[in-house]
Formats: sequence, structure tokens, C-alpha cells
Amino acid sequence: MATLNLKINGKTHTVDVEDDTPLLWVLRDHLGLVGTKYSCGIAQCGACTVHLNGNATFSCVTPVSSVGNSEVTTIEGLSENGDHPVQKAWEEIDVAQCGFCQPGQIMQAAAFLKNNPSPSMEEIDNAMNRNICRCGTYHKVREAVAQAAKTK
Amino acid sequence: MSTITREGRRDFLKIVGTTAGGLFIGFNWSSCDSPKVEVLSTEEVLAQVKNFNAYLSIAPSGDVVIYSPNPELGQNIKTSFPMVVAEELDADWSKVRVIQANLDTEKYDRQLTGGSGAMPHSWERLRKAGATAKYVLVAAAAQTWNVPAEEITVESGVISHKGSNKTGHFGEFVEIASTLSAPEEVTLKDKKDFKIIGTPVKNVDAKEIYTGKPMYGLDFYREGMKHAMIQRAPFGMKIKSMDDGAARGVSGVTDVVTFGNSVAVVGTSTWPLMKAKKLLRIEYEADGNVESTADHDRIFKDLLENGKADVRRKDGNVDQAFKTAAKVVEAEYQCPFLAHSPMEPENFFAHVQGDRCELIGPTQTPDRARQTAAQILGIPPENITVEITRLGGGFGRRLRADYVEEAVEVSRAINGPVKIVWSREDELTGGAYRPAVRYKFSAALDDAGNIIGYKLKGVGMNAGNTTRENNFPSGAVENVLIESISYDSSITTNAWRAPITNFLAYAEQSFLDEVALAAGKDPVQLRLELYERAKNNPVGELGYNVNRMIAVTKEVAEKSNWGKNPNVKQGLSVYFSHRSYVAQVADIEMDAGSPTLKRITAVTDCGMVVNPTGANHQVRGGIVDGMGHAMYTNLTFENGVPKQKNYDSYRLIRLKEVPEINTHFLDSGFDPTGLGEPALPPTGGAIANAIFAATGRRLRSQPFIEQKEFSDIKLEIKRT
Ligand code: FES
Ligand code: FES
Repeated sequence: MATLNLKINGKTHTVDVEDDTPLLWVLRDHLGLVGTKYSCGIAQCGACTVHLNGNATFSCVTPVSSVGNSEVTTIEGLSENGDHPVQKAWEEIDVAQCGFCQPGQIMQAAAFLKNNPSPSMEEIDNAMNRNICRCGTYHKVREAVAQAAKTK
Repeated sequence: MSTITREGRRDFLKIVGTTAGGLFIGFNWSSCDSPKVEVLSTEEVLAQVKNFNAYLSIAPSGDVVIYSPNPELGQNIKTSFPMVVAEELDADWSKVRVIQANLDTEKYDRQLTGGSGAMPHSWERLRKAGATAKYVLVAAAAQTWNVPAEEITVESGVISHKGSNKTGHFGEFVEIASTLSAPEEVTLKDKKDFKIIGTPVKNVDAKEIYTGKPMYGLDFYREGMKHAMIQRAPFGMKIKSMDDGAARGVSGVTDVVTFGNSVAVVGTSTWPLMKAKKLLRIEYEADGNVESTADHDRIFKDLLENGKADVRRKDGNVDQAFKTAAKVVEAEYQCPFLAHSPMEPENFFAHVQGDRCELIGPTQTPDRARQTAAQILGIPPENITVEITRLGGGFGRRLRADYVEEAVEVSRAINGPVKIVWSREDELTGGAYRPAVRYKFSAALDDAGNIIGYKLKGVGMNAGNTTRENNFPSGAVENVLIESISYDSSITTNAWRAPITNFLAYAEQSFLDEVALAAGKDPVQLRLELYERAKNNPVGELGYNVNRMIAVTKEVAEKSNWGKNPNVKQGLSVYFSHRSYVAQVADIEMDAGSPTLKRITAVTDCGMVVNPTGANHQVRGGIVDGMGHAMYTNLTFENGVPKQKNYDSYRLIRLKEVPEINTHFLDSGFDPTGLGEPALPPTGGAIANAIFAATGRRLRSQPFIEQKEFSDIKLEIKRT
């Protein structure tokens, strides 16, 4: 067991957990931040995507002990009122079917656009290829990222 | 700690309480009786709550609330149902709100999601409820203003009388309206006057989804509850011995309990359980057939040759037709097992307390969850409540209640509230799969290339009838024999999006392509000739509407420029399932020396389109699903255990692998029919036929990428 101070969504949280606990389960089980989803646990699907210092990271394979002083941002902290340009584009394009993969898709897209504000379609495809959507909303994901890039 | 919002019933009662004086319309959402609608006072709603299965309430503020019974798993029903009510009501859509109802078998008779059946089932009832509400509101306004009701108009929640220059919103009339009685008959709108139906209304849950609000079963938490994960036995095996010492030693694990051939590790959070599960030392021994994929292949071939078949349909004299044939075409097609793999893994919350039980989680069949729990616990179903959370996908997996059963068992064993969660590995190895199936097709052709005989024999695993005997081309061929064989497998199987047709359509549509080639006919022409026969001189019973088949086929030929460009190699597939008609054409072009799948054109006749956004989603999603599994996904068994245990080996389609998909909808004038499934079945056939057109390779098994015929084809997928 270790006592860790984590910087999440601009606040410091103290948790007592085993070192090897993935950040995903600390967020979900210990802090009640369940917007970050579990689906594969092995860095394949992107449902658990959060930002570590602004970079998209699979929280399911990130041991909490490795987070250190990094700033963690989850879907709950992406924007105050759900009005981040990516969230707005997602609403506008009406991307979701079941919706389960979408917080991860949004976090992936937000980090990507921060580093690459005017991407080509091919760059969008490469970035978003990391996230699986079982409902097959890929066309809309693509469209929404392009739209978010435009309206930023 | 977060707690999932538990509105449901309490919220409903609150609405009743806070909107005293509001208007309530009770109606039967989906009963088999003719739609019955009544206007109720608040007291009557409370007293008669059992007589109606859905409610529409209009508050004095003008807010419209619709109480929705069917589980939402992405098919967008929570948005499309209220659209229908609001249309007939002429409501202001921005003032309409939808609440997910809990399970209540006395109120709802079809509270499930499956079979693409909800909209066709409820269409007329929803419309009538809206129209009745409007009727009494108009009558109330007429009474208030002392003007004839016929002179009153309604638009966007506002009631107006031109002559006297009076206007008012719905809320102003609800009190009087609630004292009036419902008319015997209401006039429904002419479809051409629809203002909401047919427009792209956005998902009513969008904001919650995009801000990560707890809405799914996996997100549910209650103070004091335990978590549990379960180790299940391989198929066909049972526990011989078990040592849980090491698992119990993991910090955070509070208990290990065994029931049947399952072992549950219980604890205070998820991660320790994932670790502890790996430390369980369980020895298994055979308890029935321990099967591997190699066995299935052998069994299929053997049963097709020698098995006793159930005759599903017989027209004319097939033997004679094949004897006199100028040409016979024969081919066998086979598909593998598949998991459903919804993104949200299986999970459920259960709290057993004496002779009562509370259940919360994602299910497509809440009543089955309740019945299962009642049986395990030996208590009356009325003592069990089921609350439905939003489903992170279903695809048929959540029609089963196996994971509900587990939650109940563990809760009873530890005597407290628990949420069980499956890992992805659990979902792939302990699943209930789309069963493998093998088909043998034969066609007899005469000199002119006409089909004079057609045979189909299917053999499936736990599949019951593996055919759709009254589907096309039955009815279009003089001599037909359709047979089915079922093999009892120890592997659990279950309905998977578009059961049977998810593979049968591909096999049949590919086979028809083979027949067209042998007959020297263009695939569109071949089908049109067969349709003509079915239309003018049908043989036996027809399970489909020929005119709708003709229309989608002609339209897809037109929209895809069928046969017009020699550089585009095309594959056609047309299929009827779940009451809807979908025709698809896949286009392959040579691009930088590689055959490249560029686009799929789809024409759908699902009757009237209620929500174009939702309809597009379902068609494109169905095509992506159909394509992904046809191309990439395989689940094979070795000694009762699947070899593919997670998404690194169980390959799902990704964003870069989807081509352009162009969707078109035909307005056939019919009422809305299902759309959650029908777009999936034709896709594999369209792609396989295009691959044949481009490369001369015929793919008779899925997934395509694992077939030897495909090994040297470098198929690219590109959007233009
Ligand atoms: S849950 Fe982390 S990538 Fe799938
Ligand atoms: S919307 Fe269902 S998994 Fe993506």
C-alpha cells in the first residue's frame, strides 16, 4: 500500500492503493470518476483514455505509482460545462450510438487536436485508429474531429 | 463516491406530485390490443397505474414528459419514440423529456430490446397517444375561449384561434383538459404534414454521454457494496479441485465463493480481484463434450453428408429438376463462432435480502433477469425489482441473464450488495456466442440459365433452424428443398445481431453470384428475373414483399452506377430481414496496383424513416459491423477454451478499415419497420462478390483475411 497525491482535473486527491493499481481503477473505484471506461485493460481499445500532462494515455496500463506529479485530466475535467470544442463537435455531429466508447474517443481527439490544431484527414485517421467503437460510429468520429479542428 | 442517478420510479411519482393539475395520458405502449388511450386525473394515474403501460404528462409549465419502457443500447429509441408522440401532439420538441422506466411486467408487455421490433410494434400507439393529448388540449382551449374546436390550430406547443386572436401554450389548458374524456377515435396526421418525424433530432442523452456522467451499469456504485469477478469453467468441464489460498492473500480480497463450476473472488475494488483471479488454482475435468474448432469442422462436414435433416420447405420435385438440369452449381459456406463483445463488459448489481432482491444493470430483457433471480432464490418474482441502466452495446449478448444469475449467487453467498464485473477475457472466454454454421447450396440450371431447382442444407450449433426457408429465392423457383440440422454443442450460444441471417445472407448472396456467373447473367438481371417470377407466379408461401425487393435492387443499381464503369469492380447483395429490405453494392478499384475497397452503397426500405440521423447510424453501423466480422474476426476453440482472449487477437474493425458508406432510404409508404439489424446481413456478400469481381477469388468462409484464397490479395481500404 502506498499513499499517493494525485493531481486530477486541477485538484489534489490522496489515495491509499497498491503501487501497481492502474490509474483507471483508481479513478473509477477510488475516486468515483467513472467517465473513464474499462473495456479491454490491455491498451487495445482506448475506452480508458485520459490526458497525462496533455497527452492521450491509456489509463488501464498506467500504474498509479508512475503518475507522480503529472496532471491528469479525465472526461469530467475536460471542460467545466461540457463545452470543450471537441464535446461541442460531438454533440453537433451527434456521434454516439451506445456511447460507451465516446469519452475515450473525445479524450483522444482533444489531445490530438491540441498537438495538431489543423490536421489532415489522414492524420485524423491515424490518431483515431487507436480507439475501437463496437457500434461502428467511425464515420462520425472522423467528421466530428474535423469539425472540432475547424471551429477551434 | 459517485452514485448513479436513480430517477426511474421515484422521479415519476415526483412528477405526478409536482404537476398536480397537469394532464396525464395513459396508453398502452405495445400491447396486442388495439391502442387504448385515456385522459387521467392525477389521482387516477396513481390509482390506475396498472392499466396503462406508458405515460405522457404535460405540466402546467408546458413541459412534456414521456416515460419510456424499452432498454436503450444505442438504437436511439429513447429519442425516436418520443419524436412520434411529439409529432402528433404538435409539441415544442425542446420541451419534451424522456425518462427510462424500471421493469414492470404488469405495465409493459414488450419491455425488451431485440429483433428490431420496438418501432413497428409501437408506431400506431405512440401516434394515437400524441393525437389524443392534442385533441383534449384543443377541446379545453375551445371551451375556455368559447370558440369552435375546428377553428383552432396548434403549432410547436402553442394553441391559437385566429378569429378571436387568442393564443396560449399547452400548459395553460392542462387543467381543463384533464377533466375531459378521451375521444373514441382521433384523426392522425397525414404523413406529409409531419414536422418532427423525418427530421434529424439529436440524441436526448448526448450531453451526459459526452461529459462522462455515470449512466452505464459498470458505473453503478452504492456505498458498502462489494465487487466480484468470476472464474468460469471451460466449456464441457467441471471443477475437480480448487486452491484459493493465494487468491485470498491478495490485499483487498474479502472472500472467495464457489457456486456450480464458477469461483468468485470478492473484494473492495476491481484491481485486486483481477490479480486474485489469476492466482486461483483450479483443476478441471471433463463433464460432457470438450470441443475444439477442428472437431466442429469435421462434425459439420459429416452431418451435411449423413445427418438427419429437418425439412423446412419443399416445393415441386427437386430430384427431378436436378436430374434434368443442363448445369448444376454447388458450394459450401462456413462461418466461425463470434463473441458479441459489447464495449461495456457484462456486469450487474444484486442485493439479496431475505425473500427480496434488488437488481440493477444493463439488460436487454429485464423480465428474464427477474425470472432467473426468482428461480435461483425460490422467491416470487414480485419481490424482485429490476432497474435498467443504459447499455454500452448489446448485440444480443444481454438477452441472456447468465451474468445476472452470477450476481444473485454471489450476493446470496456473501449476504450483501455486490456488483459483478466481467473482464474482456471473461467476455471472450466465458461467452454465449454466435454459433458456427455451415451451409451447402445447390442450384439446377436449364439450357437458358434459368434456375429450375434450388437446395439449401444448413448445419448449426445449438441453432435450431439454421435457415429462413420462406425468404428469397423461395417463391421464385419451381423446385425447392430447404433443410436444417442442429448439433448440440457444449459451448453456450446465443442470438447475435441479426441471428442466422448475419451469416446466411452472405452465404446465399455469394452463392447467387456463383449461379449468375454459371448462368451467364448479370447479378442484377438474375435477381430481377427471379423477382418477376415470384411476383407473377409465386411458388408456395412468400416471406417477403417482392415489390420492395425489386425497388431496392433497382435503386441500388442506379445509385451505385452498376456496371457503368469497367474500372470499378462491383459486388451486389440484397437481403430482407427483420421486416426491412436492404440492397448493397461494394466497389473495388485498382489504386496504385492494389485492389482497393472504396465504397459501399446501401439502399434501405425500412418504411418511413422516423429519424434520419438514427437511421443513418443504424445502417452505417450495421455495415461496419457486418464488414468487420466478415473480414477480420475469428473465435476458435481448443479443448473448450477460446484461443482469442482479448482485442489483441480477437480483431475488431477499426476506423481506418471502413470505406466510404453512402446510405439511401426508399420511401415505400409503409409504416416504419426494424433497423437495428437489417443492414448487417447483406454486407459480407457485397464485399465478397466485389472481391470476386476484382480478383476472381471466391471467399466461402469467414473471416476473409484468414482464407488461403485471400492470402495473396492485398486488399486496401480507402475513402476517397
Ligand atoms: S481499456 Fe484501456 S485501452 Fe482498452
Ligand atoms: S458508440 Fe457504442 S461503442 Fe462506440
